[in-house]
Amino acid sequence: MSMKPTDISDPEYFHKVVDCQWACPAHTPVPEYIRLIAAGKYTDAYMLNWESNVFPGVLGRTCDRPCEPACRRVRVEDEPVAICRLKRVAADYKDDVSKLIPKPPKKTNGKKIALLGAGPVSLAVARDLLPLGYECTAYERDPVPGGLMRTNIPSFRLPAEVLDEECNQIINMGLKVEYNHEVNSFKEFLKLDHDAVFIGTGAPKGKDLNIPGRQEASKNIHIGIDFLASVAFEHVSKIGKKVIVLGGGNTAMDCCRTAVRLGGKEVGVYVRSPKVDMKASDWEVEEAEMENIPIYENHVPKEFIIKDGKLCGMLFEKVTAEYSNGKRKLIPTGEPLVEVECDDVLMAIGQDNAFEWMEKDLGIEFGEWDMPVVDKKTMQSTLPKVFFGGDAAWGPENIITAVAHAHQAAISIDLFCNGKDLNERPEPHVFLESSKMGLHEWSYDNGYDEVERLSVPHADLKESLKNRKLEVELGYDDEMAFQEASRCLNCDVQTVFEENRCIECDACVDVCPEDCINFVQNDEEDKLRASLRVPALNLEEDIYVSDVLPTSRVMVKDEDLCLHCGLCAERCPTGAWDMQKFFYMGAQSKDGCSG
Amino acid sequence: MSYIKKPSAKHPRLPKNRLGLTRRDYEGALSTLCAGCGHDSVSSAIIEACFNLSIPAHKLAKLSGIGCSSKTPTYFLNKSHGFNSVHGRMPSVATGANLANRDLFYLGVSGDGDTASIGLGQFCHIIRRRLNMLYVVDNNGTYGLTKGQFSATNDKESKSKKGEDNLFESIDLAALAIQLGAGFVARSFSGDKEQLVPLMTAALKYKGFSFIDVISPCVTFNNHIQSTKSYQYFREHNEALGFLDVIPDKEEIKIQYDEGTTTEVEIHDGSKMILRKLDNNHNPYDKSNALSVLNGHQSDGSVVTGLIYLDKNEMDLHDTINTNHKPLNILSEKELCPGSSGLDFVNKNFS
Repeated sequence: MSMKPTDISDPEYFHKVVDCQWACPAHTPVPEYIRLIAAGKYTDAYMLNWESNVFPGVLGRTCDRPCEPACRRVRVEDEPVAICRLKRVAADYKDDVSKLIPKPPKKTNGKKIALLGAGPVSLAVARDLLPLGYECTAYERDPVPGGLMRTNIPSFRLPAEVLDEECNQIINMGLKVEYNHEVNSFKEFLKLDHDAVFIGTGAPKGKDLNIPGRQEASKNIHIGIDFLASVAFEHVSKIGKKVIVLGGGNTAMDCCRTAVRLGGKEVGVYVRSPKVDMKASDWEVEEAEMENIPIYENHVPKEFIIKDGKLCGMLFEKVTAEYSNGKRKLIPTGEPLVEVECDDVLMAIGQDNAFEWMEKDLGIEFGEWDMPVVDKKTMQSTLPKVFFGGDAAWGPENIITAVAHAHQAAISIDLFCNGKDLNERPEPHVFLESSKMGLHEWSYDNGYDEVERLSVPHADLKESLKNRKLEVELGYDDEMAFQEASRCLNCDVQTVFEENRCIECDACVDVCPEDCINFVQNDEEDKLRASLRVPALNLEEDIYVSDVLPTSRVMVKDEDLCLHCGLCAERCPTGAWDMQKFFYMGAQSKDGCSG
Repeated sequence: MSYIKKPSAKHPRLPKNRLGLTRRDYEGALSTLCAGCGHDSVSSAIIEACFNLSIPAHKLAKLSGIGCSSKTPTYFLNKSHGFNSVHGRMPSVATGANLANRDLFYLGVSGDGDTASIGLGQFCHIIRRRLNMLYVVDNNGTYGLTKGQFSATNDKESKSKKGEDNLFESIDLAALAIQLGAGFVARSFSGDKEQLVPLMTAALKYKGFSFIDVISPCVTFNNHIQSTKSYQYFREHNEALGFLDVIPDKEEIKIQYDEGTTTEVEIHDGSKMILRKLDNNHNPYDKSNALSVLNGHQSDGSVVTGLIYLDKNEMDLHDTINTNHKPLNILSEKELCPGSSGLDFVNKNFS
């Protein structure tokens, strides 16, 4: 069966071509804000981000950046556009945005929404619901807002003032926060009679490791996230000289770098797996290594060594990894156990959810691993007025995923409070319009910039290690930001093909620098992909197929490596190709029934 | 015409030839011809053919005269030798170059004005001399650079864009080339690379004078409904005589051919040309048959394409006038200086 012509009226087709936006859980319109940054319109860039991901300043420093590995530039030349750090530029150089933040209506709609936890997901739900007139109250265990953004992310990566600014933007919209309010019985809490309850309590329980010596050495063994929180709240200000950090995730990287700043002289990270399998983001590992912190791979912890009733070291078994059928096995090498001296151990080996405070007879169903059953689309639990989001819903993820959950939860809460069907959800905002301004003029900079990715300047290492509050990354200045922004390929400016204008002159085929465009006989997808000038082997990327042309062929464009340079449209004599700017903004609660 | 530089980025999986080059390495500057000009596709076919043959850039000289077509050598093989000569005088320059250095590939690109009007005399004589080169005409039937007057190859029944009649008979360059002794004569279409690229590949390999008349529509002045050189007219009236495959020396023939439909010709360097005939009345090795096929189709308005005539007896100017086998620039003093005995011999003739 030959392929049907691509339906470009389906917004998801072109959305998928914008790889960064597609990969972002909150679908932030990345190329659009990068163009704003290039134009020096930092405030506009910030507000576009704020609309979509709520915490541009925080995320510009701490995001897990699923957009970057997805960036088309990786496939074209290796290094993605520094999307995350450009976001930070918008936050760093913006003007006062307080007047641009929407104000809630003078009169509320009388509906009371409770938010458990004042971390990113609850704050984002409040951000979406407050302008609609909802009365939102957050109940927070700690004396300050921010959740894990404050307790788990060290100040040298995220300064408190950046976090405070973005939390306060939402609180100033009219969010009430009950600090130091830990909910110990959800049954009692439900009696407060809210119209809806949102649970955004995160995954607050660090995993423990029960190996010999654990109990005896407990004074010097610390759970990673608890340690980081204690440092953030200044309950802890020093650590032993020799520190072992267990784990290979981002928390382990934060723990080791914090330990160095608290006086650790010999800090080492010990990971069970090979380094390549570490869960930490590459750039977090790089930062730790730049601070001369060694990472020991293939070390499985076996025992805490106690001397005179006190922790004095650890024993590790050395292993090698074997892979079969996509599964990894760690096989002991048989070498003698490795003994490492230490004064303190930080355990950063994972996090769990904790719902001891939630009685099991409230109508909230719990499934595998004692996790609540939550609808993937609506974020609703089996108790209709209770919604979950962030790490509390399906376990540890990241801030940007929490924000995406929040938008969906806010839509659901709004529909729920209005007695509407939660499955009839608002549509995304989509525009597609020509970017043609003149004969060879487009409303975007279509030239391909060959410059390499710029690395972000760092604060002096010695100074950084003395002061745990000193931000390590300094961010781009405006010139660097412009240069980095110019690397963006503008993948949201789409190549739109109109077959009834095409005279099949081959001009587009000849000029395309990436050999994306083909005129071939239609066929079934795999054969069609194989028949192209350069076969379209990346199945993650779609091929754009036209209707039948006069020579009985079809136009097939492999979207994979298109530079969006517009040369096809410039060389087309009949305007069959046009570069059209595609804008996509995911639906939020303001687009729903109250909006 | 475009204002941005063609991006240097290229597909990481582009095929490479024997020299380890991709077809992008055979490109030139970005074209400044009108968007959609057939000539750009001809340039692209040249790139493809040179890539297929793994021609090192320094082993090819591109020559042209004046006109839209003659601008195109700027748009391919930017590392090769080039000479953009006087209007209609490309054959003289090509002849001089070829006599001085017989070891290069010579590729002349001309147009219907440059060849069939001002350069017709030069064209006739370079054919007679069988200079070893590929002579390509980007034939669009119009003088594009001077805003669309009829050229000498415009068919009599083909009107101008504004509807004026063409009063004169057209010159069939392919027929002329066959009559005057060209060894390899073909016609093709800029918009059909499947046919054009193998023809160019074979023509570059052929020793002797190869001529390809490429119908290459002028989108600006001669692509209208009353033109016989438009994309649409060509596609409706194309009469392909056959397809050509070129199998380089020592390579195995991988394609399965139906028996009796193909003929095979070995050329001087050991490569094979395999011709799949579509027209049973056509015999490409017979001059008068080739000419009558051309004439027959001309009268019914169809355009014959493919390899029209091939002289299996490859011969070029150097063979005819028995020149030295080495290019002049590598001849040493030993070969150039006749020595005193030689000089004595010459002097004796004057005594």
